[in-house]
Amino acid sequence: MANLKVRITFPEDKIREPIIYNTGKNYKVITNIRRADVTEKNGWVDLELVGEMDEIERAVEGMKTAGVKVAPIEKNIIE
Amino acid sequence: MDKIKGLFCKECKKPYPAEAIHVCEFCFGPLEVAYNYEAIQKRISKEKIMQGPLSLWRYEDLLPIESTPTVGLNTGFTPFVHAKNLGAKLGLDYLYIKNDSVNAPTLSFKDRVVAVALTRARELGFDTVACASTGNLANSVSANAAEANFKCFVFIPADLEAGKILGNLIYNPHVIAVEGNYDDVNRLCSEIAGEYPWAFVNINVRPYYSEGSKTLAFETAEALGWQAPDHVVVPIASGSLLTKIHKGFHEFERLGLIPTVNTQIHGAQAEGCSPVATAFKKKKDFIQPVKPNTIAKSLAIGNPADGYYAIKIAKETGGLIESVSDPEIIEGIKLLAQNEGIFTETAGGVTIAVLKKLSQQGVFKKNQSVVAYITGNGLKTQEAIAPAVGAPWLIQPNLKSFQQTLKKEQK
Repeated sequence: MANLKVRITFPEDKIREPIIYNTGKNYKVITNIRRADVTEKNGWVDLELVGEMDEIERAVEGMKTAGVKVAPIEKNIIE
Repeated sequence: MDKIKGLFCKECKKPYPAEAIHVCEFCFGPLEVAYNYEAIQKRISKEKIMQGPLSLWRYEDLLPIESTPTVGLNTGFTPFVHAKNLGAKLGLDYLYIKNDSVNAPTLSFKDRVVAVALTRARELGFDTVACASTGNLANSVSANAAEANFKCFVFIPADLEAGKILGNLIYNPHVIAVEGNYDDVNRLCSEIAGEYPWAFVNINVRPYYSEGSKTLAFETAEALGWQAPDHVVVPIASGSLLTKIHKGFHEFERLGLIPTVNTQIHGAQAEGCSPVATAFKKKKDFIQPVKPNTIAKSLAIGNPADGYYAIKIAKETGGLIESVSDPEIIEGIKLLAQNEGIFTETAGGVTIAVLKKLSQQGVFKKNQSVVAYITGNGLKTQEAIAPAVGAPWLIQPNLKSFQQTLKKEQK
């Protein structure tokens, strides 16, 4: 089993959507929130995804398609 | 010496051993080096530092290595210039330029962080180093790895300009060009870092790597006769540099090497990639990631790791975070070159343009000391400035032609 730590950033128009719930439902990954700060306008969630790496990558694509920004926990590492 | 206690989480403070790890397993906060300042206090002194090597390693007691330095032995101790011409233009009697555009070996401040990261990587038993970079970081890792006999992997986006790729290939690392957009390349590199037993300089050895930036503050304080300046202007990419300059001054203060620090720390971003400046102006801690669109590519980090901490420090110290447009950046590069003879890259243009903006806003008093950090060399970003520098006078090979042109040009 692999795990990936990601920072998800929500724009205002996606705040009401249960994106993390849907990710756990639609893909074979375990979602585990470690830290978060969400308001009515925007927010971020630090999330651990556990599963097979291929499935984790599909889950990440799915979240991006749903309209949130998904970055590694390190955020930008290309300097 | 027991100068490193270990690592600790910047958020929840949980302690960790001093290994190649960078994220808290509990809250996912970033890890930072915990020093044993009592032990350091016993052996550090101004005299000892002044007798040390003319490199960043003169501050070895405050850098996170346990044995002796092995990489970057000629790095740091760059010129600290009293910028009298530029100062006169901006109404500042004590303007200084810390000129890392002539840092060794690869002409940017990244040589500092890489010197520390690779020395620590060797101590931790790694034989391979890696990074993901579009510019200065890749140059520095490649060059230092060649000299220090590390195997080296450099990851770049596949559409990077040929000139920038050449600057790495010359050192013969493995250069991996990844197809995909920036976010895809970024995420893949994070995954690779988790899979391979390599020292990824700004990922798993980031807690050590980032400490190298403190030496810019140490050198500044020493050059000013063992005191911190009233103001500093620092470019912001990830935000790490700004936080470490602040940390450097406060470590010197804590160890009694300089008097109380009241330095106001100002940050500089390009308008085309200003997530930190935008959050600062809106008085928010939340940093909305952006897609960069600026000529200042070495600062083009749309989702900065330490942006939150940079805002916190600017606020705490009474500093400001400003942004400037691309034309202002070019003007900044020219202003520094034409007044002080220093040719900086676009990031330095951002710093000088923000310095100018802040001085026009009346942020600095005439007799206060102000230090601007120039982090890279203009020869690396010539394409950005080429359209703005004019052309040579073209003459025939005879004296008459020269005299006629001289007369014409001087009108």
